[in-house]
Amino acid sequence: MNDTSKPIDAIRKMSMSAGNTAMIERYRNHFLKEVTDNVEEGEWVNMCMQCGVCAGSCPLGNAWAHPPQEIFMMIRAGKREEVLTSDSMWMCTSCYNCIVRCPRKLPITHIMHGLARYAERLGLAPKNQPTRKFAMMFWDNITKTGRANEVTLGIRLYFMHGFVNGIKTALKMLPVGLSMIKTKRMSPLGLVAHSGCKGKNDITKLLKKAREIEEARMKKY
Amino acid sequence: MADEKKIGAYLCKGCGLGDRLDISALKVVAEREGKAAIVREHDFLCDASGVAMIQADIDTQGVNRVAIAACSRRAKTEAFGFANVAVSRANLREGVIWVRPDTDENRETTQEMATDYVRMACVEAKFMNPPDANKAATYNRQLLVVGGGVSGLTSAIEAARAGYNVTIVEKGAELGGIAAQLYRQVPEHSPYSDPQDTGVAELINAVSNHKNITVHTRSSIAETDGAPGRFVVQIAAESGTSETKTFGAILQATGFTAHDISHLPVYGYKTSPDIITQFELEQLTKAAGGDIIKRPSDGKQVASVAFVQCAGQRSEQEGHLSYCSGHCCSTSIKQAMYFKNANPAIDTNIIYTDLRTPGAGGEDFYRSGQHKGVTFTKGQVTSVKAEGGGVSVKFKDLILNEDTEEKVDLVVLANGMVPNSGLNIDDPTSAEKPKSASILNLTYRQGRDLPQLKYGFNDSHFICFPYETRRTGIYAAGPVRRPMDIAQTKEDATGATLKAIQAIENAALGRAAHPRSGDLSFPSFKKEGCTQCKRCTVECPFGAIDEDAQRFPVFNESRCRRCGTCMGACPVRVISFENYSVDSVGQQIKNIDIPEEFDEKPRILMLACENDAYPALDMAAMNRQEYSAFVRVIPVRCLGSVNLIWITDALNSGFDGVMMMGCKKGDNYQCHFVKGSELAHMRMSKVDDTLKTLSLETERVVTHEIAITDIHRLPQLINEMASTILRIGMSPLKF
Amino acid sequence: MAKKQYSFYPGCSSEKNASASNYMTSVHAMCDVLDVQLNEIPDWNCCGASVGYAGGGELERLILSARNLAISEQEHKGQDVVATCAACWLATRETKERLESDNQLMRDANQALAEIGLKYEAKQNVRHMVEVLIEDFGYDKLGEKVKKPLEGLKVAGYVGCQTNRPFGIDGESYENPKYLDKLVETMGAEPLGNYDKKVQCCGGALAFSEPEKSQAMIKDIIESAYDHGADIIATPCPVCQMNVEIYQDQINKTYSKNFKMPVVYYSTLMSVAYGKGHRESGLDGQIIPATKLEKFAAK
Repeated sequence: MNDTSKPIDAIRKMSMSAGNTAMIERYRNHFLKEVTDNVEEGEWVNMCMQCGVCAGSCPLGNAWAHPPQEIFMMIRAGKREEVLTSDSMWMCTSCYNCIVRCPRKLPITHIMHGLARYAERLGLAPKNQPTRKFAMMFWDNITKTGRANEVTLGIRLYFMHGFVNGIKTALKMLPVGLSMIKTKRMSPLGLVAHSGCKGKNDITKLLKKAREIEEARMKKY
Repeated sequence: MADEKKIGAYLCKGCGLGDRLDISALKVVAEREGKAAIVREHDFLCDASGVAMIQADIDTQGVNRVAIAACSRRAKTEAFGFANVAVSRANLREGVIWVRPDTDENRETTQEMATDYVRMACVEAKFMNPPDANKAATYNRQLLVVGGGVSGLTSAIEAARAGYNVTIVEKGAELGGIAAQLYRQVPEHSPYSDPQDTGVAELINAVSNHKNITVHTRSSIAETDGAPGRFVVQIAAESGTSETKTFGAILQATGFTAHDISHLPVYGYKTSPDIITQFELEQLTKAAGGDIIKRPSDGKQVASVAFVQCAGQRSEQEGHLSYCSGHCCSTSIKQAMYFKNANPAIDTNIIYTDLRTPGAGGEDFYRSGQHKGVTFTKGQVTSVKAEGGGVSVKFKDLILNEDTEEKVDLVVLANGMVPNSGLNIDDPTSAEKPKSASILNLTYRQGRDLPQLKYGFNDSHFICFPYETRRTGIYAAGPVRRPMDIAQTKEDATGATLKAIQAIENAALGRAAHPRSGDLSFPSFKKEGCTQCKRCTVECPFGAIDEDAQRFPVFNESRCRRCGTCMGACPVRVISFENYSVDSVGQQIKNIDIPEEFDEKPRILMLACENDAYPALDMAAMNRQEYSAFVRVIPVRCLGSVNLIWITDALNSGFDGVMMMGCKKGDNYQCHFVKGSELAHMRMSKVDDTLKTLSLETERVVTHEIAITDIHRLPQLINEMASTILRIGMSPLKF
Repeated sequence: MAKKQYSFYPGCSSEKNASASNYMTSVHAMCDVLDVQLNEIPDWNCCGASVGYAGGGELERLILSARNLAISEQEHKGQDVVATCAACWLATRETKERLESDNQLMRDANQALAEIGLKYEAKQNVRHMVEVLIEDFGYDKLGEKVKKPLEGLKVAGYVGCQTNRPFGIDGESYENPKYLDKLVETMGAEPLGNYDKKVQCCGGALAFSEPEKSQAMIKDIIESAYDHGADIIATPCPVCQMNVEIYQDQINKTYSKNFKMPVVYYSTLMSVAYGKGHRESGLDGQIIPATKLEKFAAK
């Protein structure tokens, strides 16, 4: 927890199954209550009226094992394991279509993000889900220097499924990369020369404090 | 009224009529063919000087029949509403110039249309008499309210406050009905977040203390005779005493009975004291004074409740109500709040297939339930059974598509409502059925209770006139009319009471009630000639006509809605109105000029219902929808008033086609007189024989159902008829 | 007219040698003509974007934008915060609104900010550049500056997601926003009003993690533009621009297509219409050259 220069490790440390066990113990079968207490915007879950507009509005709707409508129902039905280990929430593209169309004004996008984050915290999120991996890399990337480094992020992304696959992906992406370089929208120098924020230490401090506050808040319940 | 008929014909030149039509030629038609004694033209007939000109002729020249050749009869009704004379209208604007192209080649046929309409208006005026109010009219400011629940109480207090005297007849020992036994009601006011007091106690108090309201409890109606303004009602008390009172109008507010679902094993009702109905939960909660009720079986504190919606409702299965009772979803939310407000830790799950919370605050109330932590599960319940000291509810989760089970302490069933609507007068076996008894005991020829429309409710016309029943002066209000909750009931009773007051006032002036409100004409009948065939008494949609000992019809004017269905039914044509008769229409048909076959100008007669088809034609004209110049339109009060003689006369005189335009018929009818359109369609099905006798093609007579919105379809239908005539050729019967 | 000043939040993709550096070039050219001065927030940091959710909790994500906003309040008093990137705008505005409406969150945020000597009071509005154009100038005023009307150029206005939802541009509908078409029209080009993929998602960050699924959507976005006869796609969002432009070769291979549809920013169109040259308008940043637009630039 103290070593914030390696946020991913820090998260792993914190998201040991002990955290999960504690939550199971605390809430027993009241998964809805657990979600209400611990998931960002989770108090909205009970307000879903099951119309299914979210499911029909999602651009990747077909790729979700359980669209938001079902996720909400599963939470009410106490299907904790199924929800938190689902890869559904990780299909969210953050297009916000569900939010603007929801007749009950549920912040569905945020709830999906919140559920994904909560599953991640408890170590239940599917380990090899590509968006989960990318999202974790992204956070790591931006919190290191305060700004996103598209070059290092891209390279880590290609190699996220191992070295051989990484080479394959990199080769496939090579023409794209080259044309980005040609048009000065990317630079290989980013590997070494990306400077980020001057106040990167500030950002480290800031995030550490924010996490402390957040952890304290969750313990309250 | 002077015996001599003097026709004044007035031709308007405004709105482009003067530019499009040869008005001087039309004047000659009115004079020579229409036999008008006075014919005048005016630049703007509906303006003050035009109206004054006509009034002067009435006052000083003895004009008592006024034919106005201007716009549609639906326009400028106030300007042209002259008192004590008969007024006819030639529709030259909406009926002629607005539906015809303004081109040289069309000028002749357009002028021919106008010529016919002017002639028709003059002859119609000649065959009309200014109607005189019913001489037998009586003013009776007493309202009878049958039923002392929320609807009856509301009606009584509203009528009393409006200055009318009210008598309430209640079968039970106490006022207040079912609502008096509820713990709380669904909220009627913003923010719609919590159950509220029913207010029934205050309502009973207000009614009991009002000097203009008399209450008969433990009483029922032994007989109802008469008509609006003069109902004679025998009120019988349980004690055996009886009292006869007269009333101007009647309001039936007999409410509902909870649907008995003990015969449906799936819900397990009556198999365990822990499986109860919504109404039983109210009684238990009320008895507990609002504390959380204990489980009926063993007195355990209830920790979990499941509410099963649509228990025995909204299904075509045997023993189920096929309709939605409307209040149950909100009621279950309210009842779940009884538990949640007392202890938020109690699990409350509402299992529904479709959640419906009607009314302005319904959605807010639903949300409030969700805020309080009531869980809503979309599922189809497959069994409810007492099991292991609790109740097991098995259901199919319709979102997750899986069978599942919930164990709870208590199950509440939303079992729905059945109207207390008396006998089904359309079902001859109704009186023998168990538990059925007449409520009103009407002496009417057509049956002892109000007719039922659907599912046994005493409704009449759910689309156009929700408060009307098919018995003039008798209004149904509250859940006997359609399923509703307390808030809707109060609104419904208030509206129905206003209608009852209107009926009282209209009856006093001898005027028709809705929809020809204010009409002073009523059917007259020539006994000589009547064959006692009973068609009029059977077909009258409003039960207005009884029969005397010799089986001659007895007309009860104040029950009559003036639709003319009896006139259309009468095979010997002895029924007519002063201003609307077999002649007033028949003579118009005879006065339409039929060009010779070789002129290639066919003539199509259209009889258009004045309620929907005629306004739709006017609107088509306002939108400048063009249609064939060969059609001649005569408005009728209802297609039910169309007498077959008009059709046979038209065909015999050489018309090439006849179009009958009525309202939508059938189960979801839009006929303003309920059965008129239906009857007309039935009668016209027999026209085929007539056509065959005359060796005419059956396509020459068509009947259509028209909605007021059919402003594009109507011109289309006319043009289609014109092309049909073109295809099958002209009628061979032209002289 | 006096120079208009804004507190500017450019965001990571707009940096030199980053994917939307060409966007920034055209924005500066456009602002130059409109006499707009963009005062960059000193040492701004990443907003966390949408996909930051997995690694960062609620407060961690909000605090990133809160830092930018706090610095802006301190350094650029009285100015509105303006972002050009859709995701930056969304995250920053969301932070402002969430903190403003939730006292507890605001207290928590300020407790964290105090660690680095900052304080946030939600004093400044957070706006997208498009809002500045429409609300502070208006179509008429924007039109007055046009030197080379883009006559005959058929433009599919691809609004995408995050400039449109959940906040959107005031007065516009989520299902069919018109502002981009109106801007296109103001520049003298022809907007394709019936372009039916106007608000379709391009996959956003999932273009990296779920390329097949995202490219299927991108294919539809481009195909529909062709179907409506577009010469070019214009967008207000850097992720949209990148996703729709750079994968066309891969999509052509997967779906046997022959796409070569240039994708530019609204600001690219405006710079050219305002008389700026090829390079100033960022046209050299096109991977798929915007040939027809280049002709106007060369005039």
